Amino acid sequence: MTSCESDERHAVEMTVDGRRIRRYVSPRLLLLDFLRTECGATGVHAGCEHGVCGACTVKVDGRVTRSCLMFAIQADGGAVETVASLGTRDALSPLQEAFRARHALQCGFCTPGILVSAQAFLDSEEHPDERSVREMLSGHLCRCTGYAPIVAAVLDAAAQRER
Amino acid sequence: MIPAPARPAAPPRPSLIGQAIARKEDPALLTGHGRFIDDVSPFANTHHAAVLRSPYPHARIVSIDASAAFAIEGVVAVITGRDVERLTKPFSVGVETKIPFYCCAIDKVHYVGEPVAVVVARDRYIAEDALEAIDVEYDDLPPVVRIEDALRPGSAPLHEAVGSNVVHRRSFAYGDVEGAFAAADEIVEIEVAFPKYGSTPIETYGVIANYDSGAGTYVVHANFHGPFVLHAVMAGALRVAGNHLRIHVPPDIGGSFGIKAHVYPYIVLLAVAARVAGVPVRWIEDRLEHLQASSSSTDRLTWAKAAVKRDGTILALALDQVDNVGAYVRAPEPACLYRMHGTVTGAYKIPAVKIDNRLVTTNKLPTGLNRGYGGQEQYFTLERLVARVAKRLNLPVLDVVRRNLLRVEDFPYHAAPGSVYDAGDYGRALDAALRLADYDALVARRDAQRARGKHAGIGIGCIVEPSGSNMGYVSIALPRETRDAGLPKSGCTEAATVAIDPLGAVTVRLGTTPQGQGHQTVAAQIVAQELGVAFDAIEVIAEMDTQTSPWSIASGSYSSRFAPVASAAIQQAARKVAAKLRAIAAHELEIAREDVVLADGKASALGDPSRSVPIKRLAGLAHWHPTALPPGIDPGVYETAFFSLPILEAPDENDKVNSSAVYGFIADICYVEIDADTGRVHVESYVTVHDCGTMLNPLLVDGQIHGGFAHGIGGALFEEMAYGDDGTVLAGTLADYLIPTATEMPPLTIGHENVPSPFTPLGAKGVGEGNAMSVPVVIANAVADALGVDDVTLPLTPARVWAILRTNAEARA
Repeated sequence: MTSCESDERHAVEMTVDGRRIRRYVSPRLLLLDFLRTECGATGVHAGCEHGVCGACTVKVDGRVTRSCLMFAIQADGGAVETVASLGTRDALSPLQEAFRARHALQCGFCTPGILVSAQAFLDSEEHPDERSVREMLSGHLCRCTGYAPIVAAVLDAAAQRER
Repeated sequence: MIPAPARPAAPPRPSLIGQAIARKEDPALLTGHGRFIDDVSPFANTHHAAVLRSPYPHARIVSIDASAAFAIEGVVAVITGRDVERLTKPFSVGVETKIPFYCCAIDKVHYVGEPVAVVVARDRYIAEDALEAIDVEYDDLPPVVRIEDALRPGSAPLHEAVGSNVVHRRSFAYGDVEGAFAAADEIVEIEVAFPKYGSTPIETYGVIANYDSGAGTYVVHANFHGPFVLHAVMAGALRVAGNHLRIHVPPDIGGSFGIKAHVYPYIVLLAVAARVAGVPVRWIEDRLEHLQASSSSTDRLTWAKAAVKRDGTILALALDQVDNVGAYVRAPEPACLYRMHGTVTGAYKIPAVKIDNRLVTTNKLPTGLNRGYGGQEQYFTLERLVARVAKRLNLPVLDVVRRNLLRVEDFPYHAAPGSVYDAGDYGRALDAALRLADYDALVARRDAQRARGKHAGIGIGCIVEPSGSNMGYVSIALPRETRDAGLPKSGCTEAATVAIDPLGAVTVRLGTTPQGQGHQTVAAQIVAQELGVAFDAIEVIAEMDTQTSPWSIASGSYSSRFAPVASAAIQQAARKVAAKLRAIAAHELEIAREDVVLADGKASALGDPSRSVPIKRLAGLAHWHPTALPPGIDPGVYETAFFSLPILEAPDENDKVNSSAVYGFIADICYVEIDADTGRVHVESYVTVHDCGTMLNPLLVDGQIHGGFAHGIGGALFEEMAYGDDGTVLAGTLADYLIPTATEMPPLTIGHENVPSPFTPLGAKGVGEGNAMSVPVVIANAVADALGVDDVTLPLTPARVWAILRTNAEARA
């Protein structure tokens, strides 16, 4: 394996939750680590670092992406959206409100990644049902909730949209 | 005597206790503003650590050459067992063994993943590069992997000083066991094996350590949630007084289910690393490290016997149990074997019990707390035994269950080995489960499917869910004489603080270090109720600082102790504050203290709400104007309460112990069908009915039940920390260690039949662990029923079930 020099740096520029970020980074820096350490996006969580758990899920140029399976330099010139794009403490998104009402989170560690996937799912699915919601959620691991409240929350948010 | 005039009753206020209030915790977590361990930066110039781990299950360390690692730019220090030996001593543990357990291997490695060295570098990438540059020479030794191997007399001991891999044994007898077995119509015997698995929280372990060389104090931030008795174990290992090991716990912990209690050896390892390196050090465990080297529950072999009468009455139980604690006996082990000790008879009235306990060491990951801790192992034996008793006697399982189930008039029930069950109506809960499951229809469905050649089965389980562990229960592992020579241990002490600042804002501080259970929400419900202030205005601090937070030896999150124990500490601290507010208000309003009503942010005169003073002003007086306070009232508003249950006594001279504060109950019924082509178990329906006493917040209660159920499903069908016969780890990624996802979770129906506990101030019992205990055996019972076999081993993976199907088919052919 060719090793890279630890002081080798490449310029990257991207928007993260609407903010323009320009940095010089090591080519092997994961997007996950870049978002957390260089951009302060600590809502992006590392759960397994091999693409299984989904806690690090973000959107890159509109596509739902595991940020642990991508280098920061691969997102050069792109737009990254994390959970912070969805809502704020004082103005939660309808999906976030539904999560709260359904007690669809406990420790909250997997939640940001699930919210990013679920919002993208709602944005693309016109008539989600329990089966399709569960299929979407199967890319995320949650050890607290047993998933049933999350399924209910996503369906609630979908139903609310139709009203 | 002239009777006092009748006082007008206070207008009824709906209690906040018991309401399904959405959580205070949620807005921050939903918007990505949680503060987990890797989100906090307490020290400047923090470096990063990576841990070099043993690739061998059992080997002597011949040499470690780290010179090439030091040559890498950015590497600050390499710490090895020699540093650990110099700066620490072995961790203390609750049984007498001669096994030295350090936070890092010194001369020998005993399991794959055991720490061998720590690199401290400028960033994590460099630290991980440097691991590859460390040259360790090992001298391979034969591993001991299975319990059967550890029991074999000739097996080479992991720890030479012990001389055997059986490192602990104790026997107990309660009631007339011999008489019961002599009088029995039948003796039913089973042998069961229970597998090793964990809970794999999605956030891994994390530690940020610093050695304050000015103060001579280790300051460590970690996602550690207690038991805080382990603080003493850590300080002892670091050879400092408790006040020189300051542990901070961040406000959020990304799940634990008991597993993160065992970050504690890493707290010590990183504390040493920070001291040797001379810089603060951050270590965030990766998933491979977590699956190899964090923690799991024990695997266990049990030989059980029941003495029964023809009508199904169980006269006595005899248990011969061997728990595999892995490479070391790591505190609080051997608690897995003893947590259920007083409760081994479960929900049944069994007057005589014999227990033979052994612990073995093997070349596997050391064990510890895991949701249900000891319960899943215990009930797997007991409920499989009950099913086998029914089969032997040719009785319906329900008949045997009902024959032995405790009745309302039995409470408080003194179980033979010592547990004192507070209250319950088990029959009512079982009836509710049968109703919710539509049991007769379920039986008809099963029989119809069988008539069509399908494999269908029903599983039933009735279990007692203990909560609020007695600090004295682990000492039952010690012989009485040894126990008597030491300081007796009892109780389940928890603490809380309630304070009001000079502007009237209320802050609550907890000692429970939650990981998502919603403690902040329930604490705010209790305090708002007691003080008559708005729920939303109360701030609840879940962060722990061992130097400034209220805590005691039993503090922390484990054994579902928040609802029965911590809630009472919070209530008592709030009542102290309420008493102070009433005293000041009475003085201000010139009325009797008992006539002060605290509600809606005001203290009012009973019967005359027009006479009132805002609580904000009362708190303000206590801070700004202490000379105006009534006699005997101190300035400030800051009250701490410590709470324990008097019922939790130390083990007695007959080795009886009331191992937990209170005892909930669960009745489960499930229906499974098995795909004969693939061996996959389809759980078609699952009903669980709980008695958790007073529900403090039903939304959170159901959340705990759903979560415990998911862990039970994992244990029943998917999860195993599997090892090869050569001691290698077979499941080092989440693609190999399988966890249920949303598409694998079966539908769950929840019912509640609550009987409030008379032993806890709020009547609450714990609720988080029960289904983690019950589901594995209930599904095993259903699968045994479906396949018509006696022996079922978890996890019931398609491969394992398919093998049973094939054996059955061959037997028929």
